[in-house]
Amino acid sequence: MSDYHFEITPKKNPFQLNLKELWQYRDLVILFVRRDFVAQYKQTILGPIWFFLQPIFTTLVFTLVFGKFGGLSPEGVPTFLYYLAGIILWNYFSDCLMKTSSTFIDNQGLFGKVYFPRLSVPLSIVISNLIKFGVQFLLFLCIWIYFYLRDEVTFNRTIALFPILVIIMALLGMGSGIIISSLTTKYRDLRFLLQFGIQLLMYVTPGIILSYDSIVTKFPQFKWLADINPIYPVIETFKHGWVDSGSFSWIGIGISAGITVITLLIGMVIFNRTEQNFMDTI
Amino acid sequence: MSSDKDIAIRVENLSKMYRLGAIGTGTLSHDLNVYWHKLRGKGNPYARVGEENNRELLGDSDYVWALRDINFEVKKGEILGIIGKNGAGKSTLLKILSRITGPTDGSIKVNGRMASLLEVGTGFHPELTGRENIYLNGAIMGMTKREITSKLEEIVDFSGCARYIDTPVKRYSSGMTVRLGFAVAAFLEPEILIVDEVLAVGDAEFQKKAIGKMQEVSKGEGRTVLFVSHNMGAMKTLCTSGILMTNGKIQATGNITEIIEEYQNFNQIDSFNQEQRNIIGSSHFSSWELVPNRDSKNSNKVEIIFNYKAFVITKNIELGLVIRDSTGNIIYGCNSRDNGGDYINLNPGEHKFTFIFSFPVKGDLYELDIAIVSENKVIDQWVPSSKLLIKDTFNSVLAERWKGVLRSELQFTYSSNV
Repeated sequence: MSDYHFEITPKKNPFQLNLKELWQYRDLVILFVRRDFVAQYKQTILGPIWFFLQPIFTTLVFTLVFGKFGGLSPEGVPTFLYYLAGIILWNYFSDCLMKTSSTFIDNQGLFGKVYFPRLSVPLSIVISNLIKFGVQFLLFLCIWIYFYLRDEVTFNRTIALFPILVIIMALLGMGSGIIISSLTTKYRDLRFLLQFGIQLLMYVTPGIILSYDSIVTKFPQFKWLADINPIYPVIETFKHGWVDSGSFSWIGIGISAGITVITLLIGMVIFNRTEQNFMDTI
Repeated sequence: MSSDKDIAIRVENLSKMYRLGAIGTGTLSHDLNVYWHKLRGKGNPYARVGEENNRELLGDSDYVWALRDINFEVKKGEILGIIGKNGAGKSTLLKILSRITGPTDGSIKVNGRMASLLEVGTGFHPELTGRENIYLNGAIMGMTKREITSKLEEIVDFSGCARYIDTPVKRYSSGMTVRLGFAVAAFLEPEILIVDEVLAVGDAEFQKKAIGKMQEVSKGEGRTVLFVSHNMGAMKTLCTSGILMTNGKIQATGNITEIIEEYQNFNQIDSFNQEQRNIIGSSHFSSWELVPNRDSKNSNKVEIIFNYKAFVITKNIELGLVIRDSTGNIIYGCNSRDNGGDYINLNPGEHKFTFIFSFPVKGDLYELDIAIVSENKVIDQWVPSSKLLIKDTFNSVLAERWKGVLRSELQFTYSSNV
């Protein structure tokens, strides 16, 4: 064999993901994460405090609109904590999805000038959002402890599954995000659909605003939709563990994990196929 | 072919097809068609109809070969200049080499760590400070954090931005940004460096520094450089060999001086053929030609014929000819009435004006500017896009920079009283 370092050819094997190269560029991933953080809050007075304020505001709105006026507050659980739990986990998923979905379009300037493993961008997005999620989770934990000490909330053994839930959300978000990012290099329509779609998904995913029961009783024809939704078991399990509401099933979480793995694999293959020539079509 | 060990880059049968026009309308149907052909084991149905890459010709096909069957090798330590007109495929080639886009066909084998300077300062984030951007930029180019830290001082020194290193880059001037970007790239220590017109920005001092660094990179440390520029001066001083590209193909490879000469020759003939002005109904210059020199004794004599079409009777005519060098300085000027010539009268029809004069100047492409005037009114003024090519006939042993503009044969004698 030749001792050439690498070879540039037209058709790459779509399953050759070059993860080794990605590992060589790990410093770049870390620097991207740092850049996202530093750049986001430069020239703001409150800085990272916005991490806390964002979910608190949303939760307050949900608590007032859906809980107080809409009469959708759950039984036996503090309304604020119930919504906060759903929101921070959902936000992590939707941030991963939304931000990775514009990987090619947002970075076309950079991608058009210099080569590096393109997958490092979505990966850094998932990591920097994980840190954001971590900070928001600390907020959740403080409020949770407050309610726990007042004996208004208890936890469950399924709390141990928490890290797995976060990983599923991250990988599912990234997987679907990179699929969309690859398709938007040619068909920009998807970006508009996505904005609308992600909002719709938030409303139809049981456990974030509406509970599974209320969806099934009001729209029985859409029961199947709630059943195949891979996000639902994750959020349900999260709440089951932390605030002891709803139910838990291994099958549900298993299906979520399975869909996540498949989505991620498809995403990486499509992304890998797209990255070589997307500059010509974007 | 030389042994693989000495080769930095080997390009084999490289082709790249582009789709013209707005991508979007009809893309889906084309995509489905391509997919359908692939499914049946047939080739891309649009590949057959791809046309030669020539931006001046109007083609029928939506598909164009930006590069077609490119083959060449770059040896280790070689500085290769890539020359060609706009749209000849130079940048596409560099883009494929630096893995920004993929080829349609063929392959490139690269032996060594490669970095490209398609545009310096890529990935600079305006909100981050100079120092933060050095790290980010370095990492984008493939350096590890540790490597960057070990070279940070040198990079800052080389850029000359030490004072502003903790200021956000958005407050930098464009020149400073380029300096910083180039500094990072210069300390990358890649085995192969790809440079595209970066030297256009930055002041003279910095350009000198940059060229020096590139020379040092390739000579001192045995690294390979691929250089694309329209600056023939920089090419000549920097490169060892060259490639001339036309319409997506390689026209010539070889020594850089020969390649530059061929390019300038070719450029002249090429544009000469295309010089067609259609000013219907009014009198105008239609073409010009250089009469081959018959006077071998006086090789500095130039004979130029301008062809002129007159549609009306014009009286009291005089002609003015001005010649500029490639930097725009007027080198020579003359009038048809010089040396006691008189005004002329023209009838409708085709006319030839012949100018013979001595032109002992350095080799360059000279711009002609001809005007025809009747009773102080300009009838036509023409600056042909084809240039007058003068080759150096007189060679002095003097270094290039002392040679000046005039090329006049020297008769030197020596006598002494001792």
